[in-house]
Amino acid sequence: MEEYTNKGDKDTRSGFGEGLTELGRNNNNVVALCADLTGSLKMNDFAKENPNRFIQVGVAEANMIGIAAGLTIGGKIPFTGTFANFSTGRVYDQIRQSIAYSSKNVKICASHAGITLGEDGATHQILEDIGLMKMLPGMTVINTCDFNQTKLATIAIADHIGPVYLRFGRPKVPNFTSENFDFKIGKGIILKEGKDVTIISTGHLVWESIEASKKLEEIGISSEIINIHTIKPLDEEIIIRSAKKTNAVVSAEEHNFLGGLGESVSRTLSTNYPVPQEFVATNDTFGESGTPFELIKKYGLDSDSIVESVKKVISRKK
Amino acid sequence: MKTDLDNLVSQVRRDILRMVHQVNSGHPGGSLGCTEFFVVLFNKILDFNIPFTEDGVNEDIFILSNGHISPVYYSVLSRVGFFDLNELSTFRKINSRLQGHPTNHDNLPGVRISSGSLGQGLSVGIGSALSKRLNNDDSLVYVLTGDGELQEGQNWEAIMFAYAKKIDNLIAIVDLNGQQIDGSTSDVLNIGSLKDKFSSFGWEVVEIEKGNNMEDVFNGLIKAKELTKKQKPVVVLMKTIMGNGVDFMMHTHKWHGIAPNDEQLDLALSQNPETLGDY
Repeated sequence: MEEYTNKGDKDTRSGFGEGLTELGRNNNNVVALCADLTGSLKMNDFAKENPNRFIQVGVAEANMIGIAAGLTIGGKIPFTGTFANFSTGRVYDQIRQSIAYSSKNVKICASHAGITLGEDGATHQILEDIGLMKMLPGMTVINTCDFNQTKLATIAIADHIGPVYLRFGRPKVPNFTSENFDFKIGKGIILKEGKDVTIISTGHLVWESIEASKKLEEIGISSEIINIHTIKPLDEEIIIRSAKKTNAVVSAEEHNFLGGLGESVSRTLSTNYPVPQEFVATNDTFGESGTPFELIKKYGLDSDSIVESVKKVISRKK
Repeated sequence: MKTDLDNLVSQVRRDILRMVHQVNSGHPGGSLGCTEFFVVLFNKILDFNIPFTEDGVNEDIFILSNGHISPVYYSVLSRVGFFDLNELSTFRKINSRLQGHPTNHDNLPGVRISSGSLGQGLSVGIGSALSKRLNNDDSLVYVLTGDGELQEGQNWEAIMFAYAKKIDNLIAIVDLNGQQIDGSTSDVLNIGSLKDKFSSFGWEVVEIEKGNNMEDVFNGLIKAKELTKKQKPVVVLMKTIMGNGVDFMMHTHKWHGIAPNDEQLDLALSQNPETLGDY
């Protein structure tokens, strides 16, 4: 088994910031827009190095989305930056009409996604954004798991033609993937092979899945871990192949079970190779204030919750 | 300028009326009210290339924000050569590129963005103007919005932004026909003096009193052009008559979104002779 070790806690949003800075140096068409959250999105370096290609729009997200759509006329590659809630729900119709239906090459980059935003509470903790974005025809949806993956994804989406929703977060979390990984949009990653159950996870819960896997090992359960960073288009092949091997699946995500990765996995399984599945996700609820650690525990998203779901799904195996 | 473009105006009105009648849906009122504007804009003002490219580098860009007046847009695009005239007969029908509201989704030449859900075009136009600035492209961006449409808050985000960031390669035109679906704009939600509002937001304001007079439209747009590249955004407040050119459709919101029946079509067409050949 490959060992994944924490190379030090780092926030995924800083991975975005570094990726964007690198893009600023290597791709003159990349333009960044921010709605008064430059520091939070770690866009300061890009702004400093490329003052002409950084557009501060103020607290006006709808206008930001429209401007981003317009910038593509003439060949620019706009990256918008704000919190996930204000990147999606607040501007859904603008994204739908001016970006998705208009097939505009805009990269919607969203920090502070999910419940681990923490103390700011439910007004800012969007748990519905993956669903909102994946329902838009033509939209690519990516949720990265650590600093390195976020940086690689940020760089990769600049070369992808078409609208992208890139989702990452606020807290410092273990950085464990390789900085030299060959990141490919739409390609799942087998982090660990196993035979009794497949854990399919995205975002911050990938590390929780690794932790869960170690706990499962101790009680004699062999788990396969697949990291799905691209929720749409979904790597169905990797999911079906693993399900055929383990015959039990647990999906894990920092999102409502309605509309999230789990439902996409479920559809893939039910139309190809039905096996029992359990969902580690929030249960159609809003979040609340608290530390990220307290919140993932209370809302059933931590490694212990994954272990419980694995036990349950294995008990359902025929 | 007068004779040829007068003939075109008459023909475009016929196109609008026949298109909406054919599918018994669409928006004739605002389309007829903006016919003179579209004819002047595409024949005397805009610098554009055919064949069409979506990037439009070194060309003037036109963004239609009030997408529901698609009939006049499609008619004029086709009459100036973006696509075959006969395609107008597919308007609002299945498998057509001429959707109820305009879109670039199906690669219709002349259209660079989808619109229909109101209030988004001005932001898109600003983005396009910024792209031109970054590309050292001297051409201009024109955005047409409705007046009722300015009730959408996003416009005011855009209006604030354009002044703050000195977007001076953009001309916004407001179709001031004073009507919206539920009645007059003053009854539905009074938008007050747009001149005062735009001025106080730092914009240069040009007024066209007779937006259905081609000479006035031309002069107003030339004046607006002269005000560009001076560190300020420019708006043209263009008073038009909804339903212009068809006596029973004028001065009322009633024809905002309904099509004439056979008899009404005949009467409307009799007031607008065929000049350049129907599609």
